[in-house]
Amino acid sequence: MSGFRMDQGGRVDRGARVNFTFDGKPYQGFAGDTLASALLAAGVTLFGRSFKYHRPRGIMGAGVEEPNALISVDRGGGRFTPNLRATQIEIYEGLNAKSQNRWPSLKRDFGAINDRLGRFFPAGFYNKTFMWPRSFWEKLYEPAIRRMAGLGDAPSEVDPDHYDAGYAHCELLIVGAGPAGIDAALEASGSNARVILIDEQDELGGGALADPSLWPWLERSVKALQAAPNITILTRTTAFGYFHDNFIGAVERITDHLAEPGHGPREKLWKIRAAEVILAQGAIERPLVFEGNDVPGVMLASAARVFALRHGVAVGKNVAVMAAHDSGWKDALALAKAGVGIAAIIDVRDAVDAGLVAEAEAKDIPIYLNYSVIGVNGRHHVKSAQICSNDEYLGGRIACDALLMAGGWTPSIHLWSHSKGSIAWSEDWGAFLPDKPNENVRCVGACGGTFSFGKGVNLGQLPTPKDPATIKAFLDFQNDVTAKDIALAVREGYHSVEHIKRYTTNGMATDQGKTSNLNALQLASGFLDRPIEKIGLTTFRPPYTPQSFGAFAGHAKDALFIATRKSPIDSWAGEQGAVYEPVAQWRRARYFPRSGEDMHAAVNRECLAVRNGVGIFDASTLGKIEVVGPDAAEFLNRMYTNPWKQLEPGRCRYGLLLREDGFITDDGVSARLAPDRFHLTTTTGGAARVLNMMEDYLQTEWPDLNVWLTSITEQWAVIALQGPKARDVIAPFVEGIDLSPEAFPHMAVREGMICGVPTRLFRVSFTGELGYEINVPAAYGRAVWEVLWDAGEAHGITPYGTETMHVLRAEKGFIIVGQDTDGTLTPYDAGLAWAVGKKKADFVGKRSLARPDIVAEGRKQLVGLLTDDPNEVLEEGAQIVADPNQPVPMTMLGHVTSSYWSATLGRSIAIAMVAGGQGRMGETLHIPMPGRTIAAKVTAMVFYDAEGVRVNG
Amino acid sequence: MILIHCPYCDEKRPELEFTYAGEAHIARPADPSTLSDEEWERYLFIRANPKGRHNERWRHSFGCGRFFNAVRDTVTDKFETTYKAGEPRK
Repeated sequence: MSGFRMDQGGRVDRGARVNFTFDGKPYQGFAGDTLASALLAAGVTLFGRSFKYHRPRGIMGAGVEEPNALISVDRGGGRFTPNLRATQIEIYEGLNAKSQNRWPSLKRDFGAINDRLGRFFPAGFYNKTFMWPRSFWEKLYEPAIRRMAGLGDAPSEVDPDHYDAGYAHCELLIVGAGPAGIDAALEASGSNARVILIDEQDELGGGALADPSLWPWLERSVKALQAAPNITILTRTTAFGYFHDNFIGAVERITDHLAEPGHGPREKLWKIRAAEVILAQGAIERPLVFEGNDVPGVMLASAARVFALRHGVAVGKNVAVMAAHDSGWKDALALAKAGVGIAAIIDVRDAVDAGLVAEAEAKDIPIYLNYSVIGVNGRHHVKSAQICSNDEYLGGRIACDALLMAGGWTPSIHLWSHSKGSIAWSEDWGAFLPDKPNENVRCVGACGGTFSFGKGVNLGQLPTPKDPATIKAFLDFQNDVTAKDIALAVREGYHSVEHIKRYTTNGMATDQGKTSNLNALQLASGFLDRPIEKIGLTTFRPPYTPQSFGAFAGHAKDALFIATRKSPIDSWAGEQGAVYEPVAQWRRARYFPRSGEDMHAAVNRECLAVRNGVGIFDASTLGKIEVVGPDAAEFLNRMYTNPWKQLEPGRCRYGLLLREDGFITDDGVSARLAPDRFHLTTTTGGAARVLNMMEDYLQTEWPDLNVWLTSITEQWAVIALQGPKARDVIAPFVEGIDLSPEAFPHMAVREGMICGVPTRLFRVSFTGELGYEINVPAAYGRAVWEVLWDAGEAHGITPYGTETMHVLRAEKGFIIVGQDTDGTLTPYDAGLAWAVGKKKADFVGKRSLARPDIVAEGRKQLVGLLTDDPNEVLEEGAQIVADPNQPVPMTMLGHVTSSYWSATLGRSIAIAMVAGGQGRMGETLHIPMPGRTIAAKVTAMVFYDAEGVRVNG
Repeated sequence: MILIHCPYCDEKRPELEFTYAGEAHIARPADPSTLSDEEWERYLFIRANPKGRHNERWRHSFGCGRFFNAVRDTVTDKFETTYKAGEPRK
C-alpha cells in the first residue's frame, strides 16, 4: 500500500496516471478515479467547509448522495461549474478543482468562528434575528449572510459551451443500471421493444461495481446488452425528473470528463416518452446521528466499500465501524478481506446475527454490542472515537483514523414520488417504499424494497449520556441541521413535517435530503410521539440532482431564444440604417435617422415629409385574415360592433372587436372584395388572438355558418404610401384600376396590378393624409417597394418608421389597441360610439354594454390632453389628478396613454384615460412628477384636421 | 408533459400542441338582450371551478385547429376522456 492506495484491486487503471490540482496543489490519480477517490488515496481528508458553521468537512458518501464535498471545477475560458460532488467528478489530465465556502483557505477558514458561536445560530436564527430594523436587511444583513453562508460562486463569464436536446420514444425505459436494472434490461433484450437503459455513472453496474464477485457476471451482461439491437444505453446520464404520462427528463454529460472539452455539445437534455418505466435506482445508506458525526473521516460504510473495492483506496489504515444495520458488518468484513485494518465494530443493538459475529471474531475484530459512539476526536481528521455502553454508560476510546456509519438503507423513491405514486412505511427498512403507482411504472431491486441488505434497527439518534442540548449531532450535513434543531422546531410548535423542514431547512439543500430526510423524520416522530407513517414524508420534486441552466436552455439562446419575425422589406430598412424595435414577435423599423440625427430629429423630419409630401412605410406586419363563404358577412356582423351586411364589395370599413364582456380587444380596417370574401386586418400583435377567437365562435357557437377563416398575414406584404403626393407616386405603376378620386375614393379597395404583380390596393389612411396600403404577394414586397422608392425620389419620398406612424395617428386621435386601451375600455369609453351599430340586435359584447357598471357615471374615458406649456411632452404612464395640493395618497383620475411632440403642430400632444373624461372638456388637470406638477387641459382627441378633409387629397 | 387525445385527429399528442379554452358546455345565449343582468353575469363570469372532475374545452391549436371537450380531474391532472364539440356532456 502506498499512502492509502491499495496495491491491488479495484477498477482503476494503475498504468494510466492522471495529473490534476486541488486548491492549486498538484496530485496524481489513476484513470477510473473520481476526484474523491484520488484525493483520499493521497491522504486528503478535508474537502470543504460546511454551509452555516464552516465546520471542516470530508467525504461522507461515494456517489450522488455526497453532501459535504462540493467542488468548483474551472476549465478556463468561461467553463466554470460550482457545487459538483467530488464523488462524481471523474478526474482527467489537467483537472483544476477548488474547494468552496472558505476564506482565506480551506485549512484556516475565518468563518469557522460561526462554529464556536453555534449556540447563537439555532434553527430559525436568521428569521428571528435579522428582522429589525427592516432597512438593514437589504444593505447589511443579507449581503453579510450571503458571504458567510454559501455554496460555490456563480460563474461570472458567458458559458462558451453549447447544449443539445432531443426527444426519444421507447416501449421500456429503465432508470438505473445496477444488478436489478441490468436484469430488467436483459429480460427485454432481443424483443421488438425499444429499450433505453440509463445510468448516472460512467459505467454500468451500480452497486455491483463495488462487489468484485459480481464482475464476471457484469462483464457478460454488459456485453449482451451492448450487442442487443433493441437496447440503447446512456451512461453519465441522470434522470432528473418524472413528469406526466411517463415523460422523463434526463441530462447526459458528454464532455465534462474529457481532458479537452472539444467541439461537441457539453450536455444533452433527453426528453423521453416511455410506454413503461422501470425504476431501479437502488438505495442510499443513512448516516447515524451522534456528536462529531461530521468530522472528516466519518463516512458511510457503503462509501468506504466503494472506495476500497472499486477504486482501490483505503479510507483509513485503522477503521472503526458504527453499525445499526447488518450491512455495516458485511462492509467491515469486505474491507478486512481487502486488507483494510478494522479497529472495531460497534453496534447499537444488543444482538446481531451470530454468523456475522463469528466471522468478525474469526478475523480478531474487537466487537462492542449495545454500544454507541458518543463523540469523535480530531478536527480535520478522525483520531479516535469515544464509545459508551447504552445501558450503563460506561465507555472508552477507540483509536482509529476513519469511522464508518451503517445506519440502514433508504430506497431512492425520488422519481417514483415525482410520478405521484403513493408510498407506504416499511418498518423493516425504516423507510418509505413505493406502494401504488400513478403511471405505468414499477420499482425493482433496492428502490422497490425487493432486494434486502439485511436487518437493522431504526433510530433517530444514537443513545448518549450527554445533554442533548449541548451537542452537535448532524442530520443534514449540507445545510448544517442538527438533532437539536428538530427538537427546537417541535418545541416551538412546528408539528407538520413540511413546517419542520422549512423551519430547520432540513432536506432543503442541493442534495434534497438524500441522507437526512429519514433521520429527521425518525427524530420528529420521537419528539412528537407520533408514529412515523402518520407524519409522512416531505415531497420530492425535480430535479433529482442539480442540473445546469445550459441543459435546459439548449439551443434556445441568443438569436434562437425566440423567433424574430421579419417582413419582406425588413432587409431594405436595415440597409438604409433604420433603427429597429420589437413589436410582438416582429422586428420593425422604428425610424430612419440621417447622419447626425437623433430619434427626435428623425421623427420630426419624417412626420413633416408625410404631411407635406409623401412617406413610405412597411405595414406588412398587420395581421390579416381572409374570411370566405356565403355566410361571411353574417359572421362578421356577429363578431364586430359595426354593421357589415350592407357593405358594398369594393368598400372598406373600420371594424371594432369586443370581447363578450364588452371591452375592446382589437380593431382594424377590413375590405369586402366580393359578396362572399373579406380581407380583414388586425393589430400587429393581435392577429393570432383574433383568429383564435373567431375560430372559437365559428366552431362552437355558430357551426351552422358556412365560413372559412385563413391567416394571410405572411402572404401579403403591405406598403403604405401616405401624403398629398401618394397618388402621383403610384399612378405610373398601377394597371386596371382607375385611381381618380371619384372612381376610387377614401375607404375603397380595388384589385388590379402594380409594377406587374397582382395587388389588393386599399385606399386607407392611418395618418389622416391621402394614402394607399398596397398589398402585394410577399415574395414581391421588396421589389415593388424599391420601384416605388426609386420613382418617389422625384417627389421627395421619405421612409418612415413606427415612431412616426404613432405620432401621425395620435395627431388624428386614432387609438392603438393595447396602448390607449387596457382591456377595460368599451367603445363608449374610447370615444368610438360611432363604430357601434345601433340597429344591430346582437354582436359579441353587445349585451355587456348594458351592464350596470358599464353604463355607470365616472368611467375612465379617452380624451386629449394639451399641456399649458406647449414644449412640455408628458411621460406616457404618468398619473393624472384634479387637485395637485391634495395630500398623498392623492385621488388618481387616470393616466397618460400616448404622448408625443408634434412637429406638424409645433407643440406637444397627448391622449389620456381620465375618469369621467368626456365630461371634463376644457378642465385643467395636473400631472404630478418628481419635484414638480404639470398642468394640462382636457380636449377632444383629434388635434389635426378635425374636419378630415386631407384624406381626400 | 401530458398526452391529450384529440377526438378529431384520433391521436394522443403532446400537451404543447394544445391550448386550454375554459369550462365546457356554457353555450352563448341565443338572444342575450332578453337576459337579466344576473343571468348575463352567470353566463359571463360564473364558473364551476371544481376540485376533481371538470368538463372543459381545449383546442388542438398546433394540429387540426379544432375545439373539443374533455373531462379532466383537476386534482390528479388526468384526462378521463375527450369528445367532439356538440356532443353531450360526459
